[in-house]
Amino acid sequence: MKKQILTGVFGAAMLTVAASAASAATLDDVKAKGFVQCGVSTGLAGFSAPNDKGEWSGLDVDLCRAVASAIFDDPNAAKFSPLSAKERFTALQSGEVDMLPRNTTWTISRDTALGLNFRAVNYYDGQGFMINKKNLPDITSALQLSGAAVCVQAGTTTELNLADYFKANNMQYNPVVFEKLEEVNAAYDSGRCDVYTTDQSGLYGIRLTLKNPDDHMVLPEIISKEPLGPAVRQGDDQWFDIVSWTHFAMVAAEELGVTSANVEEMKSSANPDIKRLLGTEEGGKLGENLGLTNDWVVRIIKHVGNYGEAFERNVGSGSNLKISRGLNALWTKGGLQYAPPIR
Amino acid sequence: MASTDISGDRGSASASWFYDPKVRGIVYQVLVFAGLVALVWWITSNTIENLHRANIASGYDFLNSRAGFDIGQTPVDYTSDSTYGRAFIIGMINTVIVAFAGVLTATIVGFLVGLGRLSHNWLIRKICMVYVEIFRNIPPLLVIFFWYFGVLSVLPQPRDSVDLPLGAFLNNRGIFLPRAVWGEGAGLIAIAILVAIVAIFLVRRWAWQRQMATGQPFPVLWTSVGLLIGLPLLAFIVTGFPLTWDIPELGRFNLRGGLQVKPEFLSLYLALSFYTAAFIAEIVRAGILGVAKGQTEASYALGLRPGQTSRLVIVPQAMRIVIPPLTSQYLNLTKNSSLAIAIGYPDLVAVGGTVLNQTGQAIEVVVIWMVVYLGLSLGTSLFMNWFNAKMALVER
Repeated sequence: MKKQILTGVFGAAMLTVAASAASAATLDDVKAKGFVQCGVSTGLAGFSAPNDKGEWSGLDVDLCRAVASAIFDDPNAAKFSPLSAKERFTALQSGEVDMLPRNTTWTISRDTALGLNFRAVNYYDGQGFMINKKNLPDITSALQLSGAAVCVQAGTTTELNLADYFKANNMQYNPVVFEKLEEVNAAYDSGRCDVYTTDQSGLYGIRLTLKNPDDHMVLPEIISKEPLGPAVRQGDDQWFDIVSWTHFAMVAAEELGVTSANVEEMKSSANPDIKRLLGTEEGGKLGENLGLTNDWVVRIIKHVGNYGEAFERNVGSGSNLKISRGLNALWTKGGLQYAPPIR
Repeated sequence: MASTDISGDRGSASASWFYDPKVRGIVYQVLVFAGLVALVWWITSNTIENLHRANIASGYDFLNSRAGFDIGQTPVDYTSDSTYGRAFIIGMINTVIVAFAGVLTATIVGFLVGLGRLSHNWLIRKICMVYVEIFRNIPPLLVIFFWYFGVLSVLPQPRDSVDLPLGAFLNNRGIFLPRAVWGEGAGLIAIAILVAIVAIFLVRRWAWQRQMATGQPFPVLWTSVGLLIGLPLLAFIVTGFPLTWDIPELGRFNLRGGLQVKPEFLSLYLALSFYTAAFIAEIVRAGILGVAKGQTEASYALGLRPGQTSRLVIVPQAMRIVIPPLTSQYLNLTKNSSLAIAIGYPDLVAVGGTVLNQTGQAIEVVVIWMVVYLGLSLGTSLFMNWFNAKMALVER
């Protein structure tokens, strides 16, 4: 705990004297040190958590590994800093991390007043509620929650949405606020509060870590828009482009049917869209314009896979979470995942 | 002739001002001060420039914007529509509440344990020693965790609350006490209490003067107790018993009504009190042992009984040794209350952390934290210095 506070304060101190170094071209810094430093959550299943081998894995982690692959052709040229909700922005602003793929909601105030930039959204989420249905069998809707004690993580958009939702529906509640996710989980699991609220994807992940997952139920209401995406510092457009287009390239690859299994044979495809994407087009230099090599997408797909593969592996049917694509399906399949043209 | 020449040369100021220790001292001080000012100026301007370059908004304007989040314990009015500034005030009040309650309990427990360590009874002496050695040698954070996870979070769910006497309940949401609801005329009772306090002061002064003049003692203690209980009781009867109790009862989620003391506050309060009490006990023991044995013997020789000896001779002298280190313990307790963040008690640091994250104003928030804790500590020090001066030996 103390260490966490220290990191925050130390980050603020770094900001006072050392921020000048961080505003230089991030890509050059990253190349010089040989790895990408990514700020991730302190452990959210499906997005960023250490797996049974002790390696970081998840949808957010894969985005970081994709950026590392595009630059170094090596998905392991990425290091991860677990950050609490409170520390995350200071860590990014002060240059402690290069990018922040940390299930962070894109809002206008974060985009402007915090000096950050958001563009790609790698998971469209919404806030939900989870209750213990064994203790509260007669509750079927969030509108019945007046008077409840609600567990929530400090300093999140969740905390704000919660206040707005209960106020708008004229209901009372008793906030029980912790700084770290594990503390919120423990408090909910021990019965300190009746309700757990966070992004719905998070609720499904957290449910699996509780003592008796089957006792708990996620209520149907979604009370907010939570577009989660990687944040970078303002003022370095090249790095901003690399991070955003890495995500877009993964989406475009899924759209064009390029997967980690078939990327090598797709290199000889005659389809002009695929040729542009994979950098096999005659005289094309889309990758070089980004400051990378022309085969940057090949590297990403080879090591990490396309967006659909990453989704299914981490949060979808290939994982314990079994979340359906829903809003995160491709735009051609009724979802919101849409990549601008790569040309 | 030659020798006078030499001494004349030595005395001339123009040759030796550089070697004059006074002048050098001033020069060095001016240089150090200028260096310090330059350093502060450099850090400040560099920070402002870097914040500007990183496009981060700065300044304290954010304190007037809507906070948008709720706080678990609000001693004064606060809703999500209040400002960030008000959220800080709530956090500060919560810090003061837990620090004040902690200081009070730690002092009482500490004095009892400290006296217990000097008891003639073997069992009491050893129990107090074990207590001191355990709590003094465990980090305060672990003591907080012990109370929060070890004691309070294993209590039953609200449905299976433990019934305590007098309509109180205990469960993993805290302690629920009946709340006193005062009816009409309750103001008279408050006035009666005030009158009693003033009367006690007057009686004490009169009794002291009388004892100085005639040597006759007066039972001040019993008179005071009588006044403090009798007057409010009289007011209570006269106004027709204007008191009802709001007793907590089970609602859908939790007990409703009554007065809820939350587990976050309880564990922090208990942990800080018991942790600091161990140190205070040692300070008190040192203070009492620090009074020379001859004082006790002289007092007995004058014919004072053991109770009077400790009350009139030992304790007043021990207090002079005890108060200065006691101040440090009070400051420690206040600062340790920032460990509240580990269990989610909404103190200044916890609320400030939320504000920091919602607004991103890291430097501003850290400055507020530092200024408030500095203010609280200096305030405590000032009070304790005043108290110390009052308790100091008055020579006649």
